[in-house]
Amino acid sequence: MENHFLIDSDKLTQTALEKKHRLETDPSSRIDHMKYLPGMDVIESDVCEHVMKEMKSYDYSKYTATDVRRALAKDKCDIEDFKALLSPAAEPFLEQMARKAKLETSKHFGNTVYLFTPLYIANYCENYCVYCGFNCYNKINRLKLSLEQIEHEMKVISDSGMEEILILTGESPTKSDVEYIGEACKIARKYFRMVGIEIYPVNVKDYKYLHECGVDYVTVFQETYDTDKYETLHLMGNKRIWPYRFDAQERALMGGMRGVAFSALLGLSDFRKDALASALHVYYLQRKYPYAEMSLSCPRLRPIINNETINPLDVGEKQLCQILCAYRIFLPFVGITVSSRESAQFRNGIVKIAATKVSAGVSTGIGDHEEKYTGKNQETEAGDEQFEISDSRSLACMYDDIKQEGLQPVLNDYIYVS
Amino acid sequence: MENDKLVIGNKEFNSRFILGSGKYSMKLIDAAIKDAGAEIITLAVRRTNTKEEENILDYIPKNVTLLPNTSGARNAKEAVRIARLARELGCGDFVKIEIMRDSKYLLPDNYETIKATEILAKEGFVVLPYMYPDLNVARELVNVGAAAVMPLASPIGSNKGLATKEFIQILIDEIELPIIVDAGIGAPSQACEAMEMGAAAIMANTALATAGDLPMMASAFKAGIEAGRKAYLAGLGRVLTRGASASDPLTGFLH
Repeated sequence: MENHFLIDSDKLTQTALEKKHRLETDPSSRIDHMKYLPGMDVIESDVCEHVMKEMKSYDYSKYTATDVRRALAKDKCDIEDFKALLSPAAEPFLEQMARKAKLETSKHFGNTVYLFTPLYIANYCENYCVYCGFNCYNKINRLKLSLEQIEHEMKVISDSGMEEILILTGESPTKSDVEYIGEACKIARKYFRMVGIEIYPVNVKDYKYLHECGVDYVTVFQETYDTDKYETLHLMGNKRIWPYRFDAQERALMGGMRGVAFSALLGLSDFRKDALASALHVYYLQRKYPYAEMSLSCPRLRPIINNETINPLDVGEKQLCQILCAYRIFLPFVGITVSSRESAQFRNGIVKIAATKVSAGVSTGIGDHEEKYTGKNQETEAGDEQFEISDSRSLACMYDDIKQEGLQPVLNDYIYVS
Repeated sequence: MENDKLVIGNKEFNSRFILGSGKYSMKLIDAAIKDAGAEIITLAVRRTNTKEEENILDYIPKNVTLLPNTSGARNAKEAVRIARLARELGCGDFVKIEIMRDSKYLLPDNYETIKATEILAKEGFVVLPYMYPDLNVARELVNVGAAAVMPLASPIGSNKGLATKEFIQILIDEIELPIIVDAGIGAPSQACEAMEMGAAAIMANTALATAGDLPMMASAFKAGIEAGRKAYLAGLGRVLTRGASASDPLTGFLH
């Protein structure tokens, strides 16, 4: 079954509707998604070539139980072993994979689980990505927080005890320019020990500027590494340019960031190939930038406002667990983040196996933390959410739950030194 | 044995077990002190730089010496900044230099470590550099003012034991400072072996943190380290190889 992404709002003008339909139905009306736009940095890198070569030749149906057993018996997992662990042949070995993954996690991270919270500061967007609640044709309440409002939100979050924040925006370089994001990050440095961003990809000099503003971690989701599929989902805006997005983490490291995070949005395309490519993106970039810290996320498609039916298709919780165990066994040193897109039950289980970081006290809306944290009625307007979350536990609740599982919650393990 | 103290800087210690900082939990700190008898506990400055309610600093008794480390530093300059911050936070003058330019194996950068040791020793810190066991580097660390040398046994967190045994032995034989074996010690038997070789102390973390019964493993480490130390002090018996018995001296003709 396919997802039905294309929803028309009755609030769109006739002209807008016509343009939307043309983009959806006529591929020739869309720009070349593999060609950089003017002003976009083009960097020298062979990482993409390596990743794509492995992904394209990956035939997961050819792996057998013997390959999986061999991979599980080995001390160090290579790319071939990883491919076996991601294949359907590994599904009956999920428990063994989980046990091996747990061992690797404890070797590298002990019993610790890091906590963070995302903060959306604006939801304006110039892209038309058909599955996303922020897409420019979806009629939602749009909002961009003023610097005063940002400070207020950060204070509320900081008062809850949180020490790491991930600042997010919709992808609108006009409404939320780099200077605006930089100012938000400077405020964040006052309240938090660790500041990360998940914004539209920018050039090296902009990453450098944001690093100077206090940011040390950059998250960019590639959504899917299947470029043909990508073209049919990201119909308009800078995000359409697939290779510029692929190189974002490398540009961020060139700009001086300490770490970078990666992910595919599972459910958009063939999830086994996307999982392979995400991990290899980390693997090859790590070889080139051995000092960089790296982490992987594993988001699955979620329902959005005006389209309740969007779902992750064939990526069930078992498949997700398999992917995360395979990630851990192949890349024992990387952080693995599991967001509030997943249920409390799943997250409680996976932190004991492979995940090292979870979000808490999450809102994917704009400017609504005080209401969500304290129940106090909001005087100002709030902006709508990017997607529905599954786990709305507060920081205090999450902290206690992690302890209950016999693990050690950690709010900060970071120092900004450059 | 009563007078057998570990001396680092101007401090004396009875215990030769040092708790590392990689994987922390309050339970681990508790077991290290109560069951392993640790008198020195390493802590990552980056983790104490926190406002969190369960600040690790609050859990460490006053009679335990803090050994802040510079984990997170990628070069000498960053390590120096972190060490100074540790002093400002009230962690004392001890500092363990950890400089890694590799996020996969977390191997120390010997070159940058020498640079940081020199700067910090001049500023009055008691510097314990974590290093890859290389005799020339160890000699240089002595020259620039290190208080001890901390060679790695095997990759950190690996529990693989004394993979660098021969090279650690060379450091023990040639360097006057205490040689504290750090990283990779996965079992009390390995800790015992390093102590028999003449190591001054053992630093471990993962082996305890990932044990099934934490307090029991902590006390097992204590016993292993003490056994190794005693054997070293007692002087290990000769290992006779076949045919090498000296009953018929080869040099008898000289008389």
